[in-house]
Amino acid sequence: MSTMLKYQERELKIVGTRPLRPDGVDKVTGRARFGADYNLPGQLIGKVLRSPHAHARIKSIDTSAAQALPGVKAVVTRDDFAEMPDEYAAVGELMINFRDVTRNMMAREKVLYDGHPLAAVAAVSEAVAREALALIKVEYEVLPHVIDVVEAMQPGAPLLHENQYTAGVKPKPDRPSNVAKRLEYARGDLAAGFNEADLIVEREFNTKPVHQGYIEPQACLASCSEDGQAELWTSTQGHFIVRAQCAKVLQMDVSKIRVTPTEIGGGFGGKNNIYSEALAIALSRKSHRPVKMVMTREEVFRATGPTSGANVKVRIGCTRDGKITAAEAELNFQAGAFPGSSVNQASMCAFTRYDLANVRVVGNDVTVNRPKVAAYRAPGAPIAVFGVESVIDEMAKKLGIDPIEFRLKNAAREGTQTYYGPKLGPIGYIQTLEQARAHPHYSAPLGPNQGRGIATGFWFNIGNETTCSLNLQEDGTLTLMLGTIDVAGGSRASMAMMVAEELGIEFESVRPFVGDTSTLGFNFLTAGSRGTFASGMACVIASRQVIEKLRQRVAKIREVPLEAVAWKDGHARPAGGNVAQFAPMSLAEIAKMAGKTGGTIAGHAEINAQGAGPGFGTHIVDVEVDKQTGSVKILRYTVVQDVGKAIHPAYVEGQLQGGAVQGIGWALNEEYVYGDDGVLQNPGFLDYRVPVASDLPFIDTVIVEVPNPNHPYGVRGCGEVPIIPPLAAIANAIENAIGLRLCQLPFSPPRVLKAIDDAAAAKG
Amino acid sequence: MRYEAPKTLEQAIALLSGANGQARVLAGGTDLLIQMRSGRAEPELLVDIKAIPEMRSIVAETGGYRVGAAVTCMELIENEAFAQAWPGIVDGVRLIGSIQVKGRATMGGNLCNASPAADSVPALIAAGAVVCIAGAQGRREALIEEFVAGPGKTTLASGELVVSFLLPLRAPHSGDAYLRFTPRTEMDIAVVGAAVNLTLDDTGVCSRARVSLGAVAERALLVPEAAAALIGTRVDEAALKRLAAAASAACRPIDDKRGTKDFRIKVAGVMAQRAAEIATERARRPS
Amino acid sequence: MARHHVSATVNGDGVEFLCETGQTLLEALRDELRLTGTKEGCGTGDCGACSVMVDGRLVCSCLMLAVEAEGKSIQTIEGMAVGETLHPLQRKFIEHAALQCGICTPGILIAARSLLARNPNPTESEVRYWLAGNLCRCTGYHKIVEAVLDAAREMRGG
Repeated sequence: MSTMLKYQERELKIVGTRPLRPDGVDKVTGRARFGADYNLPGQLIGKVLRSPHAHARIKSIDTSAAQALPGVKAVVTRDDFAEMPDEYAAVGELMINFRDVTRNMMAREKVLYDGHPLAAVAAVSEAVAREALALIKVEYEVLPHVIDVVEAMQPGAPLLHENQYTAGVKPKPDRPSNVAKRLEYARGDLAAGFNEADLIVEREFNTKPVHQGYIEPQACLASCSEDGQAELWTSTQGHFIVRAQCAKVLQMDVSKIRVTPTEIGGGFGGKNNIYSEALAIALSRKSHRPVKMVMTREEVFRATGPTSGANVKVRIGCTRDGKITAAEAELNFQAGAFPGSSVNQASMCAFTRYDLANVRVVGNDVTVNRPKVAAYRAPGAPIAVFGVESVIDEMAKKLGIDPIEFRLKNAAREGTQTYYGPKLGPIGYIQTLEQARAHPHYSAPLGPNQGRGIATGFWFNIGNETTCSLNLQEDGTLTLMLGTIDVAGGSRASMAMMVAEELGIEFESVRPFVGDTSTLGFNFLTAGSRGTFASGMACVIASRQVIEKLRQRVAKIREVPLEAVAWKDGHARPAGGNVAQFAPMSLAEIAKMAGKTGGTIAGHAEINAQGAGPGFGTHIVDVEVDKQTGSVKILRYTVVQDVGKAIHPAYVEGQLQGGAVQGIGWALNEEYVYGDDGVLQNPGFLDYRVPVASDLPFIDTVIVEVPNPNHPYGVRGCGEVPIIPPLAAIANAIENAIGLRLCQLPFSPPRVLKAIDDAAAAKG
Repeated sequence: MRYEAPKTLEQAIALLSGANGQARVLAGGTDLLIQMRSGRAEPELLVDIKAIPEMRSIVAETGGYRVGAAVTCMELIENEAFAQAWPGIVDGVRLIGSIQVKGRATMGGNLCNASPAADSVPALIAAGAVVCIAGAQGRREALIEEFVAGPGKTTLASGELVVSFLLPLRAPHSGDAYLRFTPRTEMDIAVVGAAVNLTLDDTGVCSRARVSLGAVAERALLVPEAAAALIGTRVDEAALKRLAAAASAACRPIDDKRGTKDFRIKVAGVMAQRAAEIATERARRPS
Repeated sequence: MARHHVSATVNGDGVEFLCETGQTLLEALRDELRLTGTKEGCGTGDCGACSVMVDGRLVCSCLMLAVEAEGKSIQTIEGMAVGETLHPLQRKFIEHAALQCGICTPGILIAARSLLARNPNPTESEVRYWLAGNLCRCTGYHKIVEAVLDAAREMRGG
């Protein structure tokens, strides 16, 4: 069977419609079980002791008093986990190093951020566990810390890792640095390009770390048996990755860990990593009882990875009629306590919307004393694009060119050579720009202190290892076993829709499930907008395999040649023309005879899905600025995005709306606030301000479908692109409203008011 | 930690007095439970006063209103007569947390928690509310603007608790309003809060006014200079500008993660002016 | 430490449980009564995922002590459907794809039902302000508001 299926245009009965998702009833009745909803008899509660310091050497840890407390059944520290050498692996769209994974999970030589785990206990109740934590004595040698990325890059800044020398620099530097890695993409002749330019705009931007803000804190439950096997229930975006990482850090065989993914209450990239899972397994192993570990909201903010805060410099040159001649950017990204920010992905996405001959992007991955960065929906791209789309807008305005027109003049299209590697296949960027321009929003009138901004986004989307298994049951219904976690609720429905479409049967006849790690081969995690693309591909392959087998069975049963048997509308029928005729057979009829004719009929797929189609989007936003208070209100928002094919349009719309609103929160109010002591000051939803329902209007969506030629239904991933444009779109709208270009995120009222007042003072 | 739910005020006072300062009154609990969770409060005894009838009623009294300290925000908002008389106080109460929080939170708790940013306090100060207190020494009354001493500190003696708020008779052509500034539309702690309560005479001239600011000092302030800017005027543009300037001048705010000093000073003036505009519009409505 | 014995009504059924003074109603529902439909998102009353009804009042169960539930009538998400019949809000949420990950959904359904009980014909703005205490990170609230308005329409007989 071919592993990659090309796009085929055809009439569709189910794909593109809006059936009810199969897991919906459980979710609206409270029956669905998320991470913290699992319990086992005899379970203990696990809690983590966390560093109160941003940076300190651990001189000693004394757990004896904690161990002696009645009700405490196990305590673990760094001594319970093996030293790990450098070893890299892909986790979602970021790379990890196992040497760092184990240290992030449990500090070894140093604590590197406020919240860094140092020890964990398992006790008969939460109250006893907390008491035990208070009895653990740690001696720290507090060290100077650094959090701001620019400060961390300076020579003489407090150093997190004494053995970290900037990779990607030749010759190798002679001094260690917080800059873990420098990367560069370059093409053409930048100097010549800038020489050609009639207008050059150069700006510097700064952003703060923001958190994915999933409403469900991390939660897991581990149960080990005496023969060394472990069962783990956890809320995660990738149970096979959790299994792999736990096996590594615990030095266990992968097959001895069985991970069951629970329903997940939001991830957005933040649940691609292990936090407490290996701790829970270790505690369970030591205590011989199940151990449940649930993070508090404060722990989620203090100790799980928000995205990078960054410093971004952008410089673009263009001719007076708006043709870009040269573009460069420098991206300096916080990586957090260990290397591995998304500066590479950000670099790839910074300029790819445009066809550029001369371009250079330099990225620096910088370690700082805050939690290790985790992916956050199109990791890094919103930050880079904030800078680039702001500068593009400024250039268009200076030249008196309509902002959409300016982008059209330079737009990437099919065949455009990207500066980071591939050539673009068929894409829908131009269509999104044109449809945005034609949308009534773009020409609606604006009132006083109101402004409109647009910005665009690109994400490459990924595929990767995917497996699934499709089993035909005795009554003709099918069970679809998936390995792709359904993070946003539309995935199980969409997979079942594709299977039903392939087989020509009712949607309700296909029951999709996400299996635990023992049911299938390795599946990559749900990230990179890969779910519908890669898992969909696997489901279609498995479906076609089933159809092949059905045809073979019918040929046998009806005693006709295989070529005479066609599959249409859920039935085996004569293929037509001069072939043998026979009475058609339904799926149910064939299934009933399966045992007698050779055994259960099933299809499966084990692929490494390639050919993910890149996604592009254009956003329009109207804002109103209260010039007396600096308050920015979102009046109207429209998302136009090419998704290749919307398998289930309602869930695609949901991705567009949800991603845009995360971007709005990032733009307006979300930020990590650190004190001078390096301690996080706002680890809660009171002062980490995500948008509430009354902050927002309806988010209009326009779905563009330029099929991805590398997927049987033309699917492109859609989940990540929508978070990319809002930062710049809102900056551009504010500029349009009050004539001020804001380059520092978030655009919170004190910052906006200060900009307004400073500008007024400069004038008057 | 013990929990008691006395049914009479005398029982509550006895419990509080006997606890050596280690007891906390439990009304709505929306501040206390958070403080207990974070370890900021570690009481040995919780005295749940929600079963005491006097603390839970809203009664029209001597032309004014007596509002029990443990009346929930939602109950107060739903009391049409009270909302008609004191829309500004209800403005403030409406802004305390979410609908869920308002289902439990109380004005008594909002006051006694003594956050400088408490949303119900400025309008109560502007209204000239009187706090009715009971303790082992008997009952007493205090002016609300003198009740809070500083962040987290009230002037209650050990064993005392707030029983009710007394709102005075409303003169004709009176109106009050409370506005606050927050980065989001809801769910934030006030960065600045401003309340204005004023009365117009028959010719439309402001005869009385009280102005109070929240979140711009260690406690909510009564700002006589700001009120003076309105009294004797028709609350015109010029008067409002003077009001705003006086409000800004009265601030002694801090820089914190919710706002800078400069921001608070500037926006205090803006909010005071806008609150005054609303209060005036309400005062001009036919009663 | 002696525990309190609490008797209450949950979703119409009489229940009893033991709790410590410091335990919240949310913890009692989830850990003592094993009603895990009500969720903890923050524990500080900022996200609304723990919303329940107590004597007809919408509250955050993380901001109420379990011992305060004595004699009260509590309604959780588990009691929203009647037998096999989903409440119109539950149906409309599925129809409108007003949930993605679903963690905020129980709290939002409880809050929305309490709005419609008090105001059967809310405006979009009234729906948004009533639900301001319920955070959702997946949907951007768009389809949630649509679903609530549509359910209200159906419940009015429209």
